[in-house]
Amino acid sequence: MAVIETKNVTYTYPGGTKQSITNISISIEKGEFTLITGPSGCGKTTLCRCFNGLIPHFYQGELEGKTLISGMNVVDHPIHELAKRVGFVFQNPENQLFALSVEKDVAFGLENLGLPREEMRKKVDWALNLTGIYDLRERAPYELSGGQQQRVAIASVLAMQPDVIVLDEPTSFLDPLSAKKIFEVIYDLNKKLSITVVLVEHRLDLTAKYANHIIIMDEGKVVQDGDPREILRTEEARLVGVGIPKATLLYQILKKDGAKLGETVPLSSDEMAAMIKEALGKP
Amino acid sequence: MIEAKAVYFTYRSGVEALKDVSVTIKDGEFVAIMGQNGAGKTTLVKHFNGLLKPTKGQILVNNVDVSKVSVATLSKNVGFVFQNPDHQLFSETVEEEISFALKNFGFEETTVENRVTWALNLLGLAQYRKTSPFMLSGGERKRVALASVLAWNPEILILDEPTIGQDYQQKEKLRQFVLQMRTQRKTVIIVTHDVEFVAECNPRILLMREGKIIADGEARAILTKPDILEQASIVPPQIAQIFLQLPELNLPNDVIDVYEARTLLLNKLESRTK
Repeated sequence: MAVIETKNVTYTYPGGTKQSITNISISIEKGEFTLITGPSGCGKTTLCRCFNGLIPHFYQGELEGKTLISGMNVVDHPIHELAKRVGFVFQNPENQLFALSVEKDVAFGLENLGLPREEMRKKVDWALNLTGIYDLRERAPYELSGGQQQRVAIASVLAMQPDVIVLDEPTSFLDPLSAKKIFEVIYDLNKKLSITVVLVEHRLDLTAKYANHIIIMDEGKVVQDGDPREILRTEEARLVGVGIPKATLLYQILKKDGAKLGETVPLSSDEMAAMIKEALGKP
Repeated sequence: MIEAKAVYFTYRSGVEALKDVSVTIKDGEFVAIMGQNGAGKTTLVKHFNGLLKPTKGQILVNNVDVSKVSVATLSKNVGFVFQNPDHQLFSETVEEEISFALKNFGFEETTVENRVTWALNLLGLAQYRKTSPFMLSGGERKRVALASVLAWNPEILILDEPTIGQDYQQKEKLRQFVLQMRTQRKTVIIVTHDVEFVAECNPRILLMREGKIIADGEARAILTKPDILEQASIVPPQIAQIFLQLPELNLPNDVIDVYEARTLLLNKLESRTK
């Protein structure tokens, strides 16, 4: 069964004159790593706000269609109930952090679940270690750098061990090596714990290789939905303003020039380097 | 021209953010400052418009010591766009936001009007003229912040993480814009983690680590050296990563551009199949 399913979802913000998303029907299966991308302002964040019930419970406005989380219609379930299923890491961590210490921020969701102290301690430490911020646990979140705050936001969602984690450009403030480490943590959780991951990202250079499902949006609509290797095979994705990985772009333009390369579209530099070696290795 | 002479900076908390930084940035240069979180990048550029004053050492902007003039005086020459647009935006509409500084600088009404329209069009924001900045997406708010600084046409432009939240087309526009600034002999300094964007622009890179500049040179020279990049928590761009994995092909070792890579590889692949 699909973990997230939307059926003909159309939404307009209160006071808005135009639809932010129009007639969206998508399905995300359990254990998938889904990348949602598209030009800025295309409706990615709005769509994600439907997944955890922020639309319609927090943002009123005009909603049509249905969003189902593990079969539950979000309209019928309050945000705090949906939060156990769908964890949300926002674009701007300052909007998410409020406690006086990192540790308290990470424990906040668990406290609300009424977990025993010992179990809570274990989960908090686990999340702090995974995101590499254990040493910062007694610091105040507002004192931290943007990148460190992003890790705190991710840790507080991970601690809840939800079925689905939705991350809206979660590493935009991080340096590349730290971003890579965070994506590897997320990928690992996806693989080992089968947590379904929905990642909103512009930078496919860093993320395409983890995904087995990609959804490309433009002007509030879904324009491509499927296997990343199929969708990034052609230059169409680039035309709607998606920055495809340079390794994939290199493959596309070499193919266009008639180079004899394999048929499996590379999504990373490692895959592209291997492909060139193979092409040159042939007698 | 910007000159930093043996600059040290210590925050009140005791954190030593800059340790003996000396660098000269000439008029019309395009410089990318890169390095890990907390390396001192933002601290350094905040000295260029006087937001911070060195604890020790000296910063000269166009031969003026920044410690001796106000931020308001400097800002007419040095435009600064913050990392987080929410720290910068405050007006009710995008239009008011962009015209605010222009009015403060005392430009005539028609000039204000023309410049606002120019900046809105340049950054693809014309449709949001009467919209509240806070109704916009993160990427769009970032562009409003940029537009409000561009509008007063400073000689030196400092952009802290300009590509965050921007899609491919917006980044391409930003790149074109920076190139245009260079032809007008304006100085552009960006603080960024976006290696792919830097690889496309090919600026001079200042690589920072723990409050010091550890490398200074052309993008293609620096972005192809994984050892030094690693010290600054930077991963080489994908094209460099591909070439680093193909040493046996005897290709040049400073390739970061996808079209240059294509030409080199096509030659290899063709000579192989003949």
